[in-house]
Amino acid sequence: MADHSAPAAAAVPEVPVFWGYAAEFDSVTGVLHAAKECRDAGFTRWDVLTPFPVHGLNDAMGLRNTRLPWFVFGMGAIGFLTGNLMQWWMNAVDYRLIVSGKPFWSLPANIPVAFELTILFSALSAFFGMWVLNGLPRHYHPTLTSRRLKHATTDRFYVVVEAADPRFDRAKTREFLQSLGASHVEELED
Amino acid sequence: MTTAVIDNTNDNPRARSPLVLGDTSLTRVTDLVCSVYERPATRGWYIAFGISASLTLLLFAMIGYLFARGIGVWGLNHPVGWAFDITNFVFWVGIGHAGTLISAILFLFRQKWRTSINRSAEAMTIFAVACAGIFPLIHIGRPWLAYWLFPYPNQMAMWPGFRSPLLWDVFAVSTYATVSLLFWYMGMVPDLATMRDRATTRPRQIAYGLLSLGWRGSNRHWLRFEKAYLLLAALATPLVLSVHSVVSFDFAVSVLPGWHTTIFPPYFVAGAIFSGFAMVLTLLIPVRQIFGLKDLITPKHLDNMTRIILATSLMVGYSYAIEFFIAWYSGNSFELFAFLNRSLGPYWWAYWIMVTCNVIVPQVFWFKFFRSNTTAIFITSLLVNVGMWFERFVIIVTSLHRDYLPSSWGMFKPTAVDLLTMLGSFGLFFTLFLLFIRFLPFVAMAEVKSVMPHVLHEAGPTALGDYWGDAPRDHRAPDKGAH
Repeated sequence: MADHSAPAAAAVPEVPVFWGYAAEFDSVTGVLHAAKECRDAGFTRWDVLTPFPVHGLNDAMGLRNTRLPWFVFGMGAIGFLTGNLMQWWMNAVDYRLIVSGKPFWSLPANIPVAFELTILFSALSAFFGMWVLNGLPRHYHPTLTSRRLKHATTDRFYVVVEAADPRFDRAKTREFLQSLGASHVEELED
Repeated sequence: MTTAVIDNTNDNPRARSPLVLGDTSLTRVTDLVCSVYERPATRGWYIAFGISASLTLLLFAMIGYLFARGIGVWGLNHPVGWAFDITNFVFWVGIGHAGTLISAILFLFRQKWRTSINRSAEAMTIFAVACAGIFPLIHIGRPWLAYWLFPYPNQMAMWPGFRSPLLWDVFAVSTYATVSLLFWYMGMVPDLATMRDRATTRPRQIAYGLLSLGWRGSNRHWLRFEKAYLLLAALATPLVLSVHSVVSFDFAVSVLPGWHTTIFPPYFVAGAIFSGFAMVLTLLIPVRQIFGLKDLITPKHLDNMTRIILATSLMVGYSYAIEFFIAWYSGNSFELFAFLNRSLGPYWWAYWIMVTCNVIVPQVFWFKFFRSNTTAIFITSLLVNVGMWFERFVIIVTSLHRDYLPSSWGMFKPTAVDLLTMLGSFGLFFTLFLLFIRFLPFVAMAEVKSVMPHVLHEAGPTALGDYWGDAPRDHRAPDKGAH
């Protein structure tokens, strides 16, 4: 059980806390340029919000590739083994089934089910692995609180820099983002 | 708005046809797609929904009647033990395959035009598979024991026999339904986030807020999202080919003349894609008209789809021909009889409906006039649907009704319950599709935006996680953080 004697001051503060900046861009070119500049400026706690996957933005942000495919491959292999083991154990060991005098265990007849389980395991791991690695579902995020940032899912692009970034400076970062050609810099609160 | 280019179906290989007509701003794509569900439903929608929902009720009433009275209410009897049930099953599974072809195979082949139609085609897949799944379950005689199909530990200490293609079917179709659903939903999440951010009413904000899983368009998320999308496409591609191959094994693995042929798997897959594209056109032609989506689902899209129909029609026609050739060339008198009986026996009319609708009618798509005439495309697509339903009926019933002994020959006549159950399954399909139009993003907005001409040109060279893989790799950036 939780400690009920905890002081009331530990509750969530009422006053919103400054969380970071979101610099707005109207074009793909603009946001690509800004992302490269932010990458080169050495920010680490920053992100780009886009309404669709923008080509080249991963390089512009300096993102590493994801390890998701390895996970999917591993789960696919487990699915293949599961399919074969299941059929072998069920039809050749636990409940030996004679079908037209064929061997109890022979690979060709067991390929379809093993294949389907390979696909099933891989697809489930790709789907759920992606959400887990992305930290979603998540019911709250400071970037979702701004009315202006609703455009991030429609037609505008945002470079978001968190105040928690070691290189963040409230005045200088704002100036920096504006110098990249941002049409607006939004203050985000948590 | 639609002044710039009206006809984008030119055949000039040096000029890329625009995939979105009229004003190609990002805002307009969202506005167009969202207007489909943001506007109040029209009277036409309510009428269509009323009819299809009534037919759905009819389907459930027929299933209830079947459960109460038994399989005898269908026209099945010796020797025809499979007829409308399995015909409908194969028909609906086949319809679904075009959706996966558009969403997965065309994605792997970098066909950018798929973005306007993939969402609705995937929805069609899900709903068609839902309709298909009903039939094997209700045809087994004691449907309350349907769970016996699955390998689960039981007090009888028995396991299913994995040498039966019918059991392969259980795994293939259930995997297919699961993967299609995951693929469809995952692709929809960014669009659901768009709908969440546009929602004006509280119920919509909550519903779309929950469904969009907190998606905020972060590029760190897009990176993994695109990778997962690519993986699912690469997994769905062999899956869809395997599913209809396994469905064809239900027939081909038996030793019945007319079923026992090695051409069945590719023949069934081609037929499935053929019928599925016809159904996509049947659905999209009215929708683009009614909801003003002609700038997104352009003449170019229809033109491309008619070409696929033509190509798959030729494949299906080739299969029909080669079946006859092999029946003669094999020197097997039972095989030859089965095929002569198929085309000239008591079900000759079904066979020739099939040939007319599937092989002869689609040949009109050699001509540009028919490829660009929406009415002609719509009528042809309906005829192909009819033809492909009859193809399954012909394969199943004509092969069964006259087997080796003339003393055990018989005829199949559908009862009213057979016909109404089939009609009801169409009701269920259209009900689900009409609900989809009203409540979910009909066009993949994020994907359409990523193939807009100005977006493609602006983006420049790229490498990592490149959505379409069509830009050269230039520089490697220092590694900082995704994972």
